[in-house]
Amino acid sequence: MNDLTPTREERTAKLKGLGTSRKRVEDVRFTQGKGNYVDDVKLPGMLHGDFVRSPYAHARVKSINIDAAMALPGVIAVLTAKDLEPLSLHWMPTLAGDKQMVLADGKVLFQGQEVAFVVAEDRYIAADAVELVEVDYEELPVITDPFKALEPDATVLREDLEPGADGAHGPRKHHNHIFLWEEGDAEATNQAIDSAEVVAEEMVYYHRTHPCPLETCGSVASMDKVNGKLTLWGTFQAPHVVRTVASLLSGIEEHNIRVISPDIGGGFGNKVGVYPGYVCSIVASIVTGRPVKWIEDRMDNLMATAFARDYWMKGKISATKDGKITGLHCHVTADHGAFDACADPTKFPAGFFHICTGSYDIPVAYVGVDGVYTNKAPGGVAYRCSFRVTEAAYFIERMIEVLAIELNMDAAELRRINFIRKDQFPYQSALGWEYDSGDYHTAWDKALAAVGYDDLRKEQAAQVEAFKRGETRKLLGIGLTHFTEIVGAGPVKNCDILGMGMFDSCEIRIHPTGSAIARLGTISQGQGHATTFAQILASEIGIPADSITIEEGDTDTAPYGLGTYGSRSTPVAGAATAMAGRKIRAKAQMIAAYLLEVHDDDVEWDVDRFQVKGAPERFKTMAEIAYASYNQAIPGVEPGLEAVSYYDPPNMTYPFGAYICVMEIDADTGEHDIRQFYALDDCGTRINPMVIEGQVHGGLTEALAIAMGQEIAYDELGNVKTGTLMDFFLPTAWETPNYTTDHTETPSPHHPIGAKGVGESPNVGGVPAFSNAVNDAFRAFGLRHTHMPHDHWRIWKTANDLGLHG
Amino acid sequence: MIPAAFEYHRPKNVQDAIGILVEHGDEARVLAGGHSLIPMMKLRMAAIEHLVDLQDVDGLSGISIDGGRITIGAMTTQHELITHDGLATAAPILREAALQIADPQVRYVGTIGGNVANGDPGNDMPGLMQCLDASFTLVGPDGTREVAARDFYEAAYMTERSDEEILTAISFNATAGGYSYEKQKRKIGDYATAAAAVLLQKDGDTCTGASIAMTNLSDTPVFSEAAGAALTGTSVGKADIEAAVAAALSDIDPTEDNRGPVEFKRHVAAVVIARAITRAWSRA
Ligand SMILES: Cc1cc2nc3c(=O)[nH]c(=O)nc-3n(C[C@H](O)[C@H](O)[C@H](O)COP(=O)(O)OP(=O)(O)OC[C@H]3O[C@@H](n4cnc5c(N)ncnc54)[C@H](O)[C@@H]3O)c2cc1C
Repeated sequence: MNDLTPTREERTAKLKGLGTSRKRVEDVRFTQGKGNYVDDVKLPGMLHGDFVRSPYAHARVKSINIDAAMALPGVIAVLTAKDLEPLSLHWMPTLAGDKQMVLADGKVLFQGQEVAFVVAEDRYIAADAVELVEVDYEELPVITDPFKALEPDATVLREDLEPGADGAHGPRKHHNHIFLWEEGDAEATNQAIDSAEVVAEEMVYYHRTHPCPLETCGSVASMDKVNGKLTLWGTFQAPHVVRTVASLLSGIEEHNIRVISPDIGGGFGNKVGVYPGYVCSIVASIVTGRPVKWIEDRMDNLMATAFARDYWMKGKISATKDGKITGLHCHVTADHGAFDACADPTKFPAGFFHICTGSYDIPVAYVGVDGVYTNKAPGGVAYRCSFRVTEAAYFIERMIEVLAIELNMDAAELRRINFIRKDQFPYQSALGWEYDSGDYHTAWDKALAAVGYDDLRKEQAAQVEAFKRGETRKLLGIGLTHFTEIVGAGPVKNCDILGMGMFDSCEIRIHPTGSAIARLGTISQGQGHATTFAQILASEIGIPADSITIEEGDTDTAPYGLGTYGSRSTPVAGAATAMAGRKIRAKAQMIAAYLLEVHDDDVEWDVDRFQVKGAPERFKTMAEIAYASYNQAIPGVEPGLEAVSYYDPPNMTYPFGAYICVMEIDADTGEHDIRQFYALDDCGTRINPMVIEGQVHGGLTEALAIAMGQEIAYDELGNVKTGTLMDFFLPTAWETPNYTTDHTETPSPHHPIGAKGVGESPNVGGVPAFSNAVNDAFRAFGLRHTHMPHDHWRIWKTANDLGLHG
Repeated sequence: MIPAAFEYHRPKNVQDAIGILVEHGDEARVLAGGHSLIPMMKLRMAAIEHLVDLQDVDGLSGISIDGGRITIGAMTTQHELITHDGLATAAPILREAALQIADPQVRYVGTIGGNVANGDPGNDMPGLMQCLDASFTLVGPDGTREVAARDFYEAAYMTERSDEEILTAISFNATAGGYSYEKQKRKIGDYATAAAAVLLQKDGDTCTGASIAMTNLSDTPVFSEAAGAALTGTSVGKADIEAAVAAALSDIDPTEDNRGPVEFKRHVAAVVIARAITRAWSRA
């Protein structure tokens, strides 16, 4: 070796592997406007579809007259439920085991529901024709409140369901009831609470909101009648599942269906489910023999596609008078809207809500969730969180604050007393989870020190005094949160969607000259998979990340996988990537040993090469090995260098974090000013710190939106009041505060590279941090809890109800 | 979000534009920056068969300051109001208000004429025009007339302008003394929860003149003569401000919307007016 020989460090740096803040390779095309989204797909002869939607939240559809629409030049077809019925496609199964109307079959159950599908030569004609379809409605009583839906004489919403028959998740106790799902020990929990020294009770409502990805949903279906193949481009977070479902529904054999998710402009759970638009574009293409495009507009998206949250969580938490928690009881009334279209693993109709014991060592707990039908849009998806995990985190982090008030104790101290200790991991929670790893005390102390917590409390107390003296109208709130997430669904033994196990996959091909392509069963929607998965692989196989292409989203080329949501890509597909890389390395080792004329066991891996043990100057780089694998006859070894891995994770991963928000609130106008936001995330092994920071910034901004104003609100007639971006709060740079990010690193013990997933943590932890800050600002004036969203007038009302307006 | 079909006209002068308006009556509408009209058309809340684009019409834009009189062409963009140095000196309240309208993208194309002619109580310029006691120049088939801003607004989207008239210019006197445009909104790009425009003149410690107007607190912009009168002759102390606020509140009639209920809006209006007075006085 001489001075020109790269050092080990130099070789490692060249890989841009794990731990490198590699720039996102996707951004070159996105920042130049060169992305390729569904709406960019333009095929010869393509037609355009648009929906006639219901203006009513609940009505009988007495007749539909399409004559005037069909008479408009350029209109090719108008589909109604009657046209879909012979194909048995007027209803479709939902991911939650319910069924949903594709087009109104006799009645409509929410405003914006799809009634008819117009197909025309261009988008403008389609929009004009929508106006010409005459629908005769007879209005029915509307229910938008899930508690009213369960009253004995409430109107029957789902007349299609047989009275008294079980639903997909067991007995239904009322005609508007969907399921009761329970976990934990109710009796022991009640006992703990009844005999406790201190009990805090609160109803915590996590309002209905919407993921609102910048790109709305859409699809292009193209049925080639000559070869019988259907190609479907769409905004799909799970393209392989869509292919399987499309095949089961349509009867077209799966090999004849090709599903392509091109670039996706944000998903956040909104693009997991199957929508009537997808089905109608397929049917229309089959009927017309021409490609059919359907793209929603913003109002369609907010009004009719999957919402998130809408959980009424009634909690009881008990403790000793010193603050040691003894029990947690939670009953949820879950508003699922008109159809149960949640995207949860099949066995978990309330998702992983039973992570609601959070970061705390709670000896007994019980949750019961009642799912309820109302006249609202279906959905209930995981908006940038693992299934119902953000609801759970919000619930426990509010209950901790309420308990702190009840105990007259500092909320930071109360958390510290109750954290699961480092030595308790792996930890069995009272609600059945096995937390893989954690170190909560270290993270918490680091966070409190970083913001100067004790001084903040002193400043807050001084400001309360100044407020009482009439010297200021501003109050200071300190929002604390320590969240624990559960992500990476999931082990096939208990996680499936419609029977499909939630493994994921990676297939790697090394090219003769030492570059590579890897294909995965997931699909990036902005997370930067092409950047980070290449980094995982670079560290595993010693090929620079820049020389590895990552491809996802085309079911004809990618291996089968369950897709991207619930922070599952890194925990599951990332693990598959590492495992496939290790298969490559195992074969490479044999080839290297042959080339170096030593025994397999006499070579060792070093960054980007195999070297002879004790003689590092004798080595073969991965590039050399790749070339040899294709071009040299090696006895007993097949040519080529490829590997596939299907990874079934042994457990979920449990990222956690400590977030602190310092907020000033104007008691008169209800305006807020976020002075400081500190976010410490522990997502295990950090693949790309810059991508992590980007994910945290984005997720916190969504959390800010949700906590401070974003909602899907209905009036009592079931009209959507927040159907445009004027009223639906989507923050811009102007509303977004500065964030300080930080981390600790507790690798997952069961994940091949110790990574846990981070994309959703900031939404999960951010919402309670912002909301706790608002609540905390009023604690000195006797507030226990006030509901989100904390927009100006609701904050004003809180202040007004507390008598702060004189 | 796709508008119904329409005919597009692009006249070169005011007379041709008026000719098209006369020919098509209420089926025609002029198009300025399009940032109020086009969203309405896309929502199909307005179906306009003939759209008369004013962008090629000569003589409708520009800012001139002649002696103490400022004249602004109707097609002058909100962005131009912000960047015009002479205007910033002669009537700085315009810049302060324009900066609180929408976002830079909207302001590059949205015009002052469209903003005042639109008749939406949420628009900020009409309230400001009340405060400035501006005058609007309307040109129609029967010639040119001047209408005072304070006489222009009748109800939401209903103004003194007839369907065949075009607003060509806005004029008002240069301002002296203290000024403030104070607006509370939920986010960038939002219309006001409550907004107030205040101009105050000061001689020694005494307020010698006051003009106070408000935005989005009734179905038209509100000029509160009583609020101004409550300050004139006083030294704008705490009690005087309270009296002016009370007077202003008796002139408004807000309605509930997603920004909040009436009681909240009245409370915010009081805060916003008081802040605007305090700031204007500090600048007087
Ligand atoms: C996201 C967003 C946020 C906004 N926020 C605000 C805000 O905070 N405050 C605010 O004040 N505005 C706001 N606006 C509206 C914006 O300022 C508009 O540009 C303005 O209201 C209308 O000006 P325009 O030139 O775009 O007019 P257009 O939309 O072209 O026209 C509006 C109306 O006025 C008529 N009209 C236009 N010019 C004339 C003329 N010369 N003579 C006769 N009639 C005429 C048109 O026929 C039409 O009826 C917002 C708009 C958007 C899209």
